[in-house]
Amino acid sequence: MDKNLANSAPSVAATARKLVRRNSQTREILENCLGLVAVLILLIAVFSFATEHFFSFTTFTTIANQIPTAVLIAVGMTLVLIIAGIDLSVGSVLAVSGGVLGIALVHWHLPLLVAVLLSVLVGAFCGFVNGAITVRFQLPSFIVTLGVLEAARGAAYLVTNSQTQYIGAQIEQVNDITVFGLSLPFFVAIVGVVVGQLVLTGTVFGRYLIALGTNEEAVRLSGIDPRPIKIAVFTLSGALSGLASVAYCSRLASVDPNAGSGFELEAIAAVVIGGTSLMGGRGSVVNSLFGVLVISVLENGLAQLGAQEPVKRLMTGAVIVAAVIVDFYRSRRADRKAQAGN
Amino acid sequence: MTVLLKTQGLAKSYAGPVLSDVNFDLLAGEVHALVGENGAGKTTLSHIIAGLRTPDKGDMKLDGKPYAPANKRTAEEHGVHIVLQELNLINNLSVAENLFLEHLPNQAGWIRRSQLGKNAQTALDRVGLSDLDPNILVKRLGIGQKQLIEIAAGLSRQCRLLILDEPTAALTLADTERLMAQIKKLKAAGVGIIYISHHLDEVLDISDRISILRDGKLITTKGRGEITIDEMIRLMVGRNLEDSTARNDHRKFGSVLLHVDKLSAPPRVTDVSFDLLAGEILGFAGLMGAGRTETVRALFGADPRASGRIVLDGRDISSLIHSPSDSVRLGIGFLTEDRKAQGLLLPKPVRMNVTLARLTDELCGPGGWLRRARENSVADNWVQQLGIRCSSIEQSAGNLSGGNQQKVVLARWLYRDCRVLICDEPTRGIDVGAKFEIYRLLNQLAATGKGIIVVSSDLKELLALCDRIAVLSAGRLVRFFNRGEWTEDQIMAAAFSELTA
Repeated sequence: MDKNLANSAPSVAATARKLVRRNSQTREILENCLGLVAVLILLIAVFSFATEHFFSFTTFTTIANQIPTAVLIAVGMTLVLIIAGIDLSVGSVLAVSGGVLGIALVHWHLPLLVAVLLSVLVGAFCGFVNGAITVRFQLPSFIVTLGVLEAARGAAYLVTNSQTQYIGAQIEQVNDITVFGLSLPFFVAIVGVVVGQLVLTGTVFGRYLIALGTNEEAVRLSGIDPRPIKIAVFTLSGALSGLASVAYCSRLASVDPNAGSGFELEAIAAVVIGGTSLMGGRGSVVNSLFGVLVISVLENGLAQLGAQEPVKRLMTGAVIVAAVIVDFYRSRRADRKAQAGN
Repeated sequence: MTVLLKTQGLAKSYAGPVLSDVNFDLLAGEVHALVGENGAGKTTLSHIIAGLRTPDKGDMKLDGKPYAPANKRTAEEHGVHIVLQELNLINNLSVAENLFLEHLPNQAGWIRRSQLGKNAQTALDRVGLSDLDPNILVKRLGIGQKQLIEIAAGLSRQCRLLILDEPTAALTLADTERLMAQIKKLKAAGVGIIYISHHLDEVLDISDRISILRDGKLITTKGRGEITIDEMIRLMVGRNLEDSTARNDHRKFGSVLLHVDKLSAPPRVTDVSFDLLAGEILGFAGLMGAGRTETVRALFGADPRASGRIVLDGRDISSLIHSPSDSVRLGIGFLTEDRKAQGLLLPKPVRMNVTLARLTDELCGPGGWLRRARENSVADNWVQQLGIRCSSIEQSAGNLSGGNQQKVVLARWLYRDCRVLICDEPTRGIDVGAKFEIYRLLNQLAATGKGIIVVSSDLKELLALCDRIAVLSAGRLVRFFNRGEWTEDQIMAAAFSELTA
């Protein structure tokens, strides 16, 4: 009896380990976003009690239809931050892509799908330029994308003739497709988040991103060329900005040379609230979605409370800083854990 | 002459003891040289005297009074200065600012440029850099000039005790002579000088007394006339070596696996040529700065190389190796000397660290999908095979002991399955037990017909492990020794050869 028990104990333990391990990825993702979900629920609860109309279907569909642009950009930004880079050009790239979308629809009369593809390509090209220059000249991506932020804004003025233009009913179709009041861009953004998260945690490419952000020299000396990986990530970020421009333009049915200014900081804020490290090596795309939601709920709730723009911005700023402080302690704890035993 | 500094029973240990029971004294107006192998404890001793480290045991007396500097600053207040081996200059400041950084002449916070310039000129004159503009930025200078600036900074201070750690490592002959002249002047002024150098002829030339350190112990102190270079080397190496033959038996070597011809990577590597046989462990011995790491890094493609032919398995691959990814693809692996900075993903699990170099074949499923189940079993397998002690393959690598960390990096390359594995300092900072396990693993690997290059500062390790030892001196490969035909003295003599010639 005793012997049987002794024999079975390790095998039970092994089975348990296996089970835990199989689900560890999913569990990790869930555990990581638990804190953010709690914050989100708390915010919603507070605003629901404090205002009459916040807790309503309309509020939630409004928020859901507002966020696709920010979410798509945040997905790309998450990947860039994970490789310890930064992409400041996303807002301007969005404007250029939007401008091209407008020309393609209005002047060239291209079918909607082709026009969308074109604007994604324009975004990807800008991202490729970011990545290629960063890699080729070994510059900090901060500087390179700061330059492209400026240059792409110029390009956006050129393609739009410095004017906000109505680009027709065709683009509005994109928003007219709804399920339970949720627009097509919302679903595209969700798909983007899911795919982004799967790529990050499930593929070899995702593994390389995490490794690169953790210790680039170790990756290089392990025989993995970091250069194409970095270029790919920046290209992806650009392409997602292009896609985001479609969501942005469809909501307003127009293209705007000033579109997307300041989006880079909003995206970085959302991603950082989501716990992605600015130092690289650690992050989650799903959490960036929650980061966007936190900011969006905060803004909508404060608006319904009757808060003016200055107060809204003060509050949002405070939340961002608080999130970064939490992140600082979290990563310090992780570092301590890593250093213990040396 | 009076005794300036006296140490009694100084001891210091990190992972193991690096200094034990050192009784050392320095007279005023004396040049006292410290010589010894890499890691013998010269630098640690000088750092303790200069207040950069605190000893675990023992005490020091300066001028007969107790002296226990808490840091460099308090040591300097006592008139004890050190010129460090590594350069501590700030690249974006001028020569003059660097020279007087800690006591810039100023008036209410405003730097007095004219005074600073004058002081700098005097300091530069001392080291023979009269022609150098003190306002030039330090980053524009060559390494030799930087070294002289560092020395000038040390000389310009009011000091009674000056420590020079490898001051001539990057100096030309003329610069060295000028330095010697300055040292003689300081001596005449009653300053005590501790002189650390691998250049033994220089040591004989300048010092009044010579102390030899080995394994953290002060072996002996001799007057200048009482010792020759050969004797110094013999004492540094030590006679009582237990020939720890970790090598089990004589293996059969295959044909030439890797042929390297006239590999150069300025400034540290000049015309290095060697063959590596299949199944052979080839050691690279040499002093600090002899260019061993630089040689293997250039071979691996981690650093650019100026010229040289690399032939792997009879195929000229020189034109194919531009980066580490090329050499790994061709079957060369590289265990880096600094596992934390260049090897491990510290906060990441053991699993990720083991599989990193080989994710694209059997672990890669359709669509670039990572086969996690297979990755787990691969990691589990290597953890078991190498006896890596960790709570699970999900434990972060930073949590492991040094020896286990090293095994994780080794597992990465074993899993990558290379033809040639380069190991740079494979046992640095790990305990003896793990050391011998690493030796055993490398032996096993060689027995399967792989070629292994081991770079090590620990000569005993090379003696225990290698079939052949190549000795580098000042960037040149000076001599090969076959197993059984070497003595430590000969190897050390070869390591010094380009420096004393």
